[in-house]
Amino acid sequence: MIRHVILRVMAKMLIPLIMLFALYVQFHGDYGPGGGFQAGVIFGAAIILFALIFGLERAKQAFPPRVLEVLVAVGLMIYGGTGLAAIVKGGNFLGYGALAHDPVHGQHLGILLVELGVGITVASVMSTIFFHFAGRGRADV
Amino acid sequence: MINFIHIFLFTFLAIIAIAVIRMRDLFAAVMLMGIFSLLSASLFTVMDAVDVAFTEASVGAGISTILMLATLSLTTSKESTLYQRPRPLALVVVVLTGAALVYATFDMPRYGDPAAPINHHVADYYIARTMDDTGVPNMVTAILASYRGYDTFGETTVIFTACVGVMLLLGGARTFYRWRHREDAGDPEARP
Repeated sequence: MIRHVILRVMAKMLIPLIMLFALYVQFHGDYGPGGGFQAGVIFGAAIILFALIFGLERAKQAFPPRVLEVLVAVGLMIYGGTGLAAIVKGGNFLGYGALAHDPVHGQHLGILLVELGVGITVASVMSTIFFHFAGRGRADV
Repeated sequence: MINFIHIFLFTFLAIIAIAVIRMRDLFAAVMLMGIFSLLSASLFTVMDAVDVAFTEASVGAGISTILMLATLSLTTSKESTLYQRPRPLALVVVVLTGAALVYATFDMPRYGDPAAPINHHVADYYIARTMDDTGVPNMVTAILASYRGYDTFGETTVIFTACVGVMLLLGGARTFYRWRHREDAGDPEARP
């Protein structure tokens, strides 16, 4: 796949933009369409595009599967941890109002953290699943 | 105009669905499924459900197409055809079920009906209170992450579980197995 110059150059230009767009979708989800799930899928798509163009081995160097496997759990733990933090602060599980002095600020913070957890989990799940599918057959996808 | 767009999109959805069923080349079927998802996403956009359309476009047309193609590269892209004698009883069952489903749609409220139950149960509360409760302008995000936080937690757990399943089935656990049995690996005769 590395021989195709046009694909390689275009991918090099597009992958940072796709990742940046994923971050925009992630953190602008409060104000426009989008959120953690969509952002995670877009970020995962950028990683998969990298793997398709530059080969599985280089993708595994850039995004180590060990780290991705840990991030799968970390995202879920950020979500659950936000819920537990609300309990520690004296509220209900996932009742973000208790996270800050002003309930509205607490809600905002809670939604941001929870969406971040969803995004991290989804992005690493998508790329991990693709790495496992692609790793079974030919090494260069 | 909006009716024309609806009819156009629904007609193409039906045509693509029939084409996917008739198709024996799985590579083309996967591509058509991607187009099907993209058309559904446009349909959701026309219906003002942009968050759903966003998800459908990124998941249905994007990731799942790529995963299907990855699967095809591991197997073959031709469907193995298996001749089966026509079964009249199966046709009767399918026609009756289809007729019952169509009959059930007559009881559904009209699309966008303001008096429909879906627009009154808790929707009124969300529309009235979201901005005061959470300060988040996108109501969909507020409902998914805050009001329905338990459901989204469950969904994230489902995705996590799916990933663990894929890792166990496709070799993620193999390294641990090898590590446990590393003494046996050098000498195949020693194994019982």
